[in-house]
Amino acid sequence: MQNFSYVNATSIEQVPSLLGRSWDDAVVMAGGTDLVGEMKDYAAVPKRVVNLKSIEGLDYIRQDDAGLRVGALTTLTDVLGHGAVSQDYPVLHQAVSVIASPQIRNMATLAGNILQRPRCWYYRSEDFPCLKKGGARCYAVGGVNTYHAIFGSGPSYIVHPSDAAPALMALGATVNIHGPRGGNEVAMDDFFTMPEMNIRRENILRPNEIVTEIAIPKPEANSRGMFLKVRERESIDFALVSLAAQMTVVNGTCERASLVLGGVAPIPWRAVEAEDYLRGRRITEARAESAAEAAVEDAAPMPHNGYKVQIAKNLVKQAVQALAS
Amino acid sequence: MQQKMKTVTITIQEDGEPREIEIQVPDTGEGGWGDLSKNTYINKPHTRVDAVDKVTGRAKYTSDIKLPGLLYGRILRSAHPRARINRIDATRAMALPGVRVVVLPSDDPEVFSRECRFAGQEIAGVAATTPEVAEDALHAIDVDYEVLPFVVDEDTARDPDSAQVHSDRGNVGEPRVGEQGDIAAGFAQADVTLEATYRCQVQSHIALETHGNVCQWEGDKLTVWASTQGVFSVRGELAGHFGIPETNVRVITEFMGGGFGAKFGARKEGVICALLARKAEAPVKLMLTRKEEHLATGNRPSAVQHVKLGATSDGKLVAYERTNYGTPGVAGSANIPGAPYLYEIPNYRIEQTSVFTNAGPMAAQRAPGHPQAAFAMESMMDELAEALGMDPIDVRQMNDPNEVRRNMVAMGAEHIGWKTRRSATPNSGTGRIKTGMGVGSCRWGGGGGRTQAECTINPDGSVQVRCGTQDIGTGTLTLVHMIAAEEFGLKMEDVDVGIGDTNYPYSGGSGGSTTAASVSPAIKGTTMLAKLELFKKIAPRFGVEPGELVASDGNVFVGSDPSKSMTWQQATAQLEDEPIFFHGQWLPGYSDSGVPGVHFVEVSVDTETGLVKVDRVVAVHNSGMILNPLTWASQVNGGVLMGIGYGMYENRIMDPATGYMVNANLEDYKLMGSTDIPEIEILRYDEPERGVIGIGEPATIPTPGAIANAIYNACGARIRDMPFTPDKVLSALAAVKEG
Repeated sequence: MQNFSYVNATSIEQVPSLLGRSWDDAVVMAGGTDLVGEMKDYAAVPKRVVNLKSIEGLDYIRQDDAGLRVGALTTLTDVLGHGAVSQDYPVLHQAVSVIASPQIRNMATLAGNILQRPRCWYYRSEDFPCLKKGGARCYAVGGVNTYHAIFGSGPSYIVHPSDAAPALMALGATVNIHGPRGGNEVAMDDFFTMPEMNIRRENILRPNEIVTEIAIPKPEANSRGMFLKVRERESIDFALVSLAAQMTVVNGTCERASLVLGGVAPIPWRAVEAEDYLRGRRITEARAESAAEAAVEDAAPMPHNGYKVQIAKNLVKQAVQALAS
Repeated sequence: MQQKMKTVTITIQEDGEPREIEIQVPDTGEGGWGDLSKNTYINKPHTRVDAVDKVTGRAKYTSDIKLPGLLYGRILRSAHPRARINRIDATRAMALPGVRVVVLPSDDPEVFSRECRFAGQEIAGVAATTPEVAEDALHAIDVDYEVLPFVVDEDTARDPDSAQVHSDRGNVGEPRVGEQGDIAAGFAQADVTLEATYRCQVQSHIALETHGNVCQWEGDKLTVWASTQGVFSVRGELAGHFGIPETNVRVITEFMGGGFGAKFGARKEGVICALLARKAEAPVKLMLTRKEEHLATGNRPSAVQHVKLGATSDGKLVAYERTNYGTPGVAGSANIPGAPYLYEIPNYRIEQTSVFTNAGPMAAQRAPGHPQAAFAMESMMDELAEALGMDPIDVRQMNDPNEVRRNMVAMGAEHIGWKTRRSATPNSGTGRIKTGMGVGSCRWGGGGGRTQAECTINPDGSVQVRCGTQDIGTGTLTLVHMIAAEEFGLKMEDVDVGIGDTNYPYSGGSGGSTTAASVSPAIKGTTMLAKLELFKKIAPRFGVEPGELVASDGNVFVGSDPSKSMTWQQATAQLEDEPIFFHGQWLPGYSDSGVPGVHFVEVSVDTETGLVKVDRVVAVHNSGMILNPLTWASQVNGGVLMGIGYGMYENRIMDPATGYMVNANLEDYKLMGSTDIPEIEILRYDEPERGVIGIGEPATIPTPGAIANAIYNACGARIRDMPFTPDKVLSALAAVKEG
């Protein structure tokens, strides 16, 4: 790890000025479960680390008729333990329950989870000066790409590692961002960015902006959700493929489907074709299959990760059937 | 009822030459351990004597050692899989505040080579006042490399046109051939002939405690705290390297966080630590990082086995041909057992080669070569059973020459319900999740020898036992307490035991599952003969022969008349001023070698995601006479888990384009975690008359093969390529669908 200075922020307003114009100047730290690993691996080499935990009042879950508002410093354990989350937001509850380990969930925050950097082994290793670190190539191309993206067309083939982000996206959550010019609210669907937009980052945040809150609208009464995660190692592992599904089914007919895949693309991947196909259709086994086919229609697997297409397809089929029954 | 004596032949060193002599020792019956039902300690389950120290952190491991003025060492490693160092400049590093010394190839060309043959090879060392500064210093050593062509996968390396790992020899070593009978004639007799290729990956050792040492010089005397499987092997290597007598080197391993075959000798990191300490004139601690463990401390070599097996229609094996190769990295051998594994085959030919690649060198790993051999053989036995329409167990039993293993297979089959619970038809379940059952077997040696010990009985009744073995986490220290306490009729805590120090009598390294069978006869013999010396002094007081006395429950009494008794302290008080001191050694008659093992496995396979879950393992093992059934069972549990890890998760992945290992961590190199652990049931097959036999290695061998067979039974997909990850399961399932 490279030496750095450490600053305790005392207010949200102060943070943009403590941060810099470049990601190499300064980064923010909440739980630190991802950042410290990145710094140890020299994937992140900030000159300054701005601690957010010293800001009071950012650790909350507020509930009203519109839904939930989760503060930036709320831990995954607190999200998991909140009665409303387990009762009304099962897709989120299930997603958070399979993130990392209890020890990590005690430290890690919900906001930090959606801001996680890629787990790509080329990105994380000091041995590879890859595109995402300002280098010239994506080593997944022509390399060992077992865990890489099956959607998107590069130039980087990382996958977004978050389990919470697909769930929040499926619920239509929004993100509150605070920057030098104050705060604004952005839909999760508009928050993440593909590599062709910004090769170095995975979302729209600028170096001097932070996420202060995540707002989750309450699902409509006849809507149901579930989260499926396939991982090689059950005890602690990132997803090979995950699926967050939220569906409104009335008398066997799908009114709305929100299907977001994780672990398959550089961002949480909304299966728009499958959602469109399902809307207004009566759900049968054959239609669940067709939706699954539609979800992976655009998949472009690499030499070692074709299996992910099959898993993604099967998860969509399973979830659609389960939520319609 | 005088105790019978018997004559045993032991080997002693005389003027540096071994000489056999005969000595008289008490005859303790077949197997050497007496009537087990009368024991207090031996063959009964006992918690480790140091369990509380370990779980509370009181136990000090090498990484916990702190000395005044301690420096922290790190090793700079080659940044390229193949390169030549033109120039190496530590000026910037030495200028960093806190950096005390750097050692370069010019300091010790024997340790550091300018020819880098794998990414991770040692090229320099640094010692600094904090670990953080030492790490910064690594980044401040400037190395000018001439980057050269490399090859990291064994398939490419076999091509004569590929990059050559060594300049003085080709990548493919001399073939080792084993043969018997006439394979052409054998295959001519075969009604069915099967051919398949099985692949096993490279596995890292992953001891919980990484390799490392603390070295401290005083003049030309060196003290080393080492995380090692052999304190004497560390002493020998360091004395040799620094040209000092072995008596000048003391190696201490009081507590040790695991070793699976890669922790013998000082190794490069040990020599570098001692070099840094000598140059800095200060003690240095050098513990490796997890990444260094993966890159440079050894691994289980890969194995690619092309196998052809011929059998008659009734299942009798008649011919076997195997061509296999694997990579030991830059050095060593990838050979696996050189005869057909487990089964009797009259005609066979095996040809195997090791293929050098620009990757870290292999080291012995828990049953070297056996899991690879067992996976291929036990998979193929199942494939044969399928081809012949026979029960896989019947095919095994009719070809297995080992009666004990046949009994153990039958015992496990009965317990798990092979006939009643297993579907004879693969892929017979309905639904997404399919379940199945499989079996695999093994053989191992595990004998003992090469251990000395000493015992002091003091007039105040205190007893001291010393032996220079080391407890690598298996419970050896507890065994010494148990055996001595049993012998003297004392409590385990009443015996002062010292191990893990080259100042104590010699004991060999802890490898080959030999520690228990080496140490326990030496402790038994030494304490038994020390006790006899005590009895010689006491016996006249009772008017009996020494052999008529018994030490039990804190008393010494006449066996035929327990009323003639005195307390242990009264007995030892007879020694007046002079303690009894006895130097003994390993004795024959208390241990044996050669054991089978059998694992039955149940799995569930999710046919939509390719995920395999090992649900249950029934492990049948035989260790002759088990000293401590509790730590023995821990060894079996650990072996089963390591076997599941090899079969299901672990895989060193080299990037062919760049020559780097991409998963040199514990995130992408997947070890199983607590929730991946299945239900494990252990069945003991006791043969107490054989004495003590080791368990560390046999317990890990059969699991991957048994899992592969269970997967096949569950879903009809035969996976010949380890580990059994979802990508392979899904593609095998797709192949089944297509027929």
